[in-house]
Amino acid sequence: MFDQIVPAILISIVAFFLVYVITPFLIRTLEKRNFTVKDYHRKGGAMIPRPGGPSILIGIIASEITLYLFFPTTAIITIIITTSLAFVVGIIDDRWALGGWFKPLALAASAIPIIFLGAYDSNLAFPLFGSFKIPALYLALIIFIIPITGNTINSIDVLNGVASGFMTIASFALTISLFIMQHYEIAIASLPLGFVSLAFYKYHKFPSKIFPGDSGALTLGAMYGVIAILGHVEIVAAIALLPAVINSFLFLSSVKRIVEHRQIRNPTTITPDFKLMVNNDKDAPVTLLSLILAAGPMTEKQIVSVIFKLALFSAFLAIVTSFMMEIKI
Amino acid sequence: MKNHAIFSFILVMWILIIIGGGLLVIFTSMISMEGYITVGSLELYYASIAKALFAIILVIIWVYVLTRIKNWVFHKKIKN
Repeated sequence: MFDQIVPAILISIVAFFLVYVITPFLIRTLEKRNFTVKDYHRKGGAMIPRPGGPSILIGIIASEITLYLFFPTTAIITIIITTSLAFVVGIIDDRWALGGWFKPLALAASAIPIIFLGAYDSNLAFPLFGSFKIPALYLALIIFIIPITGNTINSIDVLNGVASGFMTIASFALTISLFIMQHYEIAIASLPLGFVSLAFYKYHKFPSKIFPGDSGALTLGAMYGVIAILGHVEIVAAIALLPAVINSFLFLSSVKRIVEHRQIRNPTTITPDFKLMVNNDKDAPVTLLSLILAAGPMTEKQIVSVIFKLALFSAFLAIVTSFMMEIKI
Repeated sequence: MKNHAIFSFILVMWILIIIGGGLLVIFTSMISMEGYITVGSLELYYASIAKALFAIILVIIWVYVLTRIKNWVFHKKIKN
């Protein structure tokens, strides 16, 4: 165990400080090249640089390569390849805003290396009741998990700091769960996800200096998914993501089709004093924001605070679930 | 609407996951093609497909129950 502590600390430092140091340079570069988008929720509609995906990817790749130097495992290679492929999907979507089906299908393709590298176990483990082997279903599950986690994080990236802050909470909950379940190697490999998210949150929180874009959100989501598969913690991972899952669930059940979020109406509108309120347009989708704002108009910071409380609650349930994984009835 | 409704919804989802997982493990462990198919490892794969179908049915039921609960909890507050 002691021989794993040094690499764990080292990759956490590499992940955090690389993103912390690189992101300001990325912000300046994006501003110079005019890669900016309007922040509609901000007074005056400030132009914010996007995407922050490159600095997130550099932090992840550098820290995982550092870990590979200590522990050359297939799992680390799988994380690097799948996460990089998801980043490519995201950066293409950032640049050309492709259709609603492009991302799920391209992300499904980015999950294929997990299968070819054989970095999975077809046992699906549940709390209290044990696990069961599903060779046929599990292959399909792998193909589904990466698009689901990627798009789930992408769909919650609607307010300043939500995607990175939410990912920080969910990924640290996943890391703690992996340690509880004694999957130490994957637990250490998951540390960069939390630290990269935390460092990026510094620039993404309200008022945002940069947006992660699809490349950032899909990179974080895909890495989360691949860790869930490699660590055999699919159920725990799903529980830690529940607020984002609810967001996607509400969105899909109101829109009733796979659609790019840019193609639909905003679920919220802005009051004259720059608070957000529910958009009563019948074509506007219902999302997690709609539920939170059902109480009345709120500021962006207040909404983000509610989302983080929901994320912490789900993180707590995920950690409780990981303890339950060790109990068999 | 108070936010406790969303916390309750998350809690209900969590309970449904635990119960659904339990049902999946209990019932799929009973599924076996032994005695019906004996050609090499095909038995394992046909059993796996049967388990997969059962799991998919459970997920459909899970989504249906969640939709009903969502409508019930949030009906008066948001449009559905």
